[in-house]
Amino acid sequence: MEWDWDFAWSIMPTLLAGFRITLIATFLGAIVAAVLGLVFAILRRSSNRWLSRGTSFVVEFIRGTPLLVQLYFIFYVLPDLGLRLPALMAGVIGMGLHYATYAAEVYRGGIESVPRGQWEAARATNLTTRQTWLHVILPQAVPPMIPAMANYLLAMFKETPLLSAITVLELMNQAKSVANSSYRYVEPMTLVGVMFLIVSLLSVIALRWLERRYGRVSQ
Amino acid sequence: MGDWAGYLTLILQGAWVTVKLTLMGSALALVVAFLAGLGRISHHAPIRWLSTAYIEFFRGTSIFVQLFWIYFVLPMTGAELTPMQAGVMALGLNVGAYGAEVVRGAILAVPRGQHEACIAVNLTRWQRLRHVILPQALPLMLPTFCNNAIELLKATSVVSLISLSDMTFQAQVVRSQTGSTLMPFVTILVLYFAMSSAISFGMRRIERRVTRGLDGVR
Repeated sequence: MEWDWDFAWSIMPTLLAGFRITLIATFLGAIVAAVLGLVFAILRRSSNRWLSRGTSFVVEFIRGTPLLVQLYFIFYVLPDLGLRLPALMAGVIGMGLHYATYAAEVYRGGIESVPRGQWEAARATNLTTRQTWLHVILPQAVPPMIPAMANYLLAMFKETPLLSAITVLELMNQAKSVANSSYRYVEPMTLVGVMFLIVSLLSVIALRWLERRYGRVSQ
Repeated sequence: MGDWAGYLTLILQGAWVTVKLTLMGSALALVVAFLAGLGRISHHAPIRWLSTAYIEFFRGTSIFVQLFWIYFVLPMTGAELTPMQAGVMALGLNVGAYGAEVVRGAILAVPRGQHEACIAVNLTRWQRLRHVILPQALPLMLPTFCNNAIELLKATSVVSLISLSDMTFQAQVVRSQTGSTLMPFVTILVLYFAMSSAISFGMRRIERRVTRGLDGVR
């Protein structure tokens, strides 16, 4: 099968429309993941043993099962339980929830990387809890988190094609529908691959810069 | 809704396909990880470039895109693949690229003195790798390999989209036949969780085995 430039060019607008949805889904998913991840991380540190154990189990469970199945669960099971969500929203919640469990680990790693002495010093100088977090712990905990978070953001971006399985019209789904109507697979599939590759390679360069700027944190 | 046993059998058949995919994919990933990981620190520049290109390509695009590309585009160049072959290939090559970075990192983490000591006692390159470097690098790789194996297990669900009847595919079949959504999806979620727990349990045992005798060293 020959590569047809004219055809490749003609499907570009459709693919770019899908690409826009991909970016929106990634952006919204990242927000959900960042917020929920913080909630998970805080609940896990709770002094109530049942609460922290329960959260740990939920996080382990979500990390141990495939995102695709979780998306199906949200998209097919929740409507039966009376909660009907639009496809994109179901996708954003599913991706956000899945990556929140990874983000929780990053938060935990960042907070634990602050030396014990800093907590003790904060207490010794009689700072309130709020002051301790805002002025001592967070300024030291956040910078090492940034490269790790960016890494998961990239990982999530690469997982967005899964949303096509729950009928979100993102890049992959647009490519599939083009392929199915024209019976040409080479151009759409390759173009999708190239688009992902370009974004990833650019992100890798940005990541290297972030790592130099804020230092590497081991996952 | 009476025929639960029948539907459960269907899902268990899918579970077996998932297990097979995970095992074969992991085996391929392991081989590829060592080839590309060692290739990246090779003395020959072309081998290094080739490994880097492979790793960046497969880490840069998602498993989903790779799978569709292998399944739909490769046949047009003449290579006919069954869904199972395409699935194992995509999973193995994708996770292998992540594994290659682990292999490279672990080998580079072995202290320089060990390399120099090997040269001093006149070991060949192969002896160096086999008897000195790998026994020390392997324990460093295992925890990340464990995570990679779980990622691979999770990625197997994607092959259901090229009509391979794995666990996720069978759950969709049950859903469309019974209209019941809760039972099939909860069942497979629990099964996936059991499998990933089994992987991390097994990996911890292997880890204990390979770190035996290294206590004094590290």
